[in-house]
Amino acid sequence: MVKIIVLVAAYLIFAPIVGGLLAGIDRVITARMQGRVGPPVIQPFYDVFKLMEKEAVTVNKTQDFYVMCFLIFIVITGCLFFAGQNLLLIIFSLTLASVFLVIAAYSSNSPYSQIGAERELLQAMAYEPMVLITAVAFFLYTGSFEVSAILAYEKMAILPLLGIFLGYLFILTIKFRKSPFDLSMSHHGHQELVKGLTTEISGKSLALIEIAHWYENIFLLGFIFLFFANGTQTGIIVGVIVCLAAYFLEIFIDNNFARMKWQFALNSSWVVAAALGFANLAVLYVPVILSTMIGITG
Amino acid sequence: MSYITKSPWIIHYDGSSCNGCDIEVLACLTPMYDVERFGIINTGNPKHADIFLVTGSINEQNKEVVRQIYEQMPSPKVVVAVGICANSGGIFKECYNILGGVDKVIPVDVYVPGCAARPEAIIDGVVKGLSVLAEKRSAKATVAPDAAAAAEPDELEVPVEPGEANGADKGGA
Repeated sequence: MVKIIVLVAAYLIFAPIVGGLLAGIDRVITARMQGRVGPPVIQPFYDVFKLMEKEAVTVNKTQDFYVMCFLIFIVITGCLFFAGQNLLLIIFSLTLASVFLVIAAYSSNSPYSQIGAERELLQAMAYEPMVLITAVAFFLYTGSFEVSAILAYEKMAILPLLGIFLGYLFILTIKFRKSPFDLSMSHHGHQELVKGLTTEISGKSLALIEIAHWYENIFLLGFIFLFFANGTQTGIIVGVIVCLAAYFLEIFIDNNFARMKWQFALNSSWVVAAALGFANLAVLYVPVILSTMIGITG
Repeated sequence: MSYITKSPWIIHYDGSSCNGCDIEVLACLTPMYDVERFGIINTGNPKHADIFLVTGSINEQNKEVVRQIYEQMPSPKVVVAVGICANSGGIFKECYNILGGVDKVIPVDVYVPGCAARPEAIIDGVVKGLSVLAEKRSAKATVAPDAAAAAEPDELEVPVEPGEANGADKGGA
């Protein structure tokens, strides 16, 4: 119990700090990849503090409420995850959080905001199947949906769940809002459609979205960590290293791809979920089927 | 301390100009000048912006656009007029449709002269704008909200002759 409280408290305090630093490192690496010097590593914190100082102008009060709900449910999702709770509950809570963000964008009449919300919904359609398949695969492999049980399982899940891992990396690009799938919102200085979701959100609310994104990123990297956890020190070290490598990979992809149309985002992520996800699930089922057949004949 | 000088986000609008200054503004984003070193981002959304960069002069058709962008920006905000057309109308000054510089419709804080203004001059102007931004921020923090609101409205009726208003700033470069 104490361990759970410590983990959740650590997540609450350190996730925004680490998430913000990762975002800063992202911007520096991106700049270096483009032959630029780039901003200071703590630039994302400057941005958020600046946004907090700005005048509050919102089109309606409910929008601020929805944005606040988005932050709260992202934080709850992360807390559930780090408390070792049920993976399905965590995924549903994450979905609820993103729905609040979509409603926040829908609550204004700006066409850019509305299109941004629609594109965010399309993105949710694109990544949701793969996220669910990931949870199911963990259940098939470890026999439990509980994160604590998955973490304590004595074998690394990466090899039997390799297809799932690659599929999850694919949709991570959508969740991190990186090119080629930064359709509804992006971190770079883009305009109009690409900033769609946040068109009508400014000042403090925009700062809250940014902080929520840091919380979300840490939680999403935690998912990657699950593939490597085997209850030992080595598992933790390998897991953290792979998390950082995955983050770097996403930055690399971000800088090397042009933005795709939403059709491509939707089709490709479903194809990946079907090809890698379902194929992997089928492989996981083989021993189950074999054992039942043996059970019947024997 | 104010964080606004650490993370100035810019919105750029090009009025009726030859696009020379426009291109120089974009040149500031390239690896050669890399304004992101100062945390500067070219946003394209007035609601996210702190600094309003205007290139080109104001005409009958774009005066409402410029005014609207300015009004949509949450304060504290700063306007930087880039290039001689944005300062006073430049070579287009006598045209029948041209009103003149940006200060005909919105208050301008920094004038960056040049035809076209060099990226170095633009960055210099933006950095100068940062100190104005910090001043506005601290003025807002010290003055009570009511008094600040009462002081604001005169902001929009500026029109002093650009030549008189900023003789000191323009002299350089």
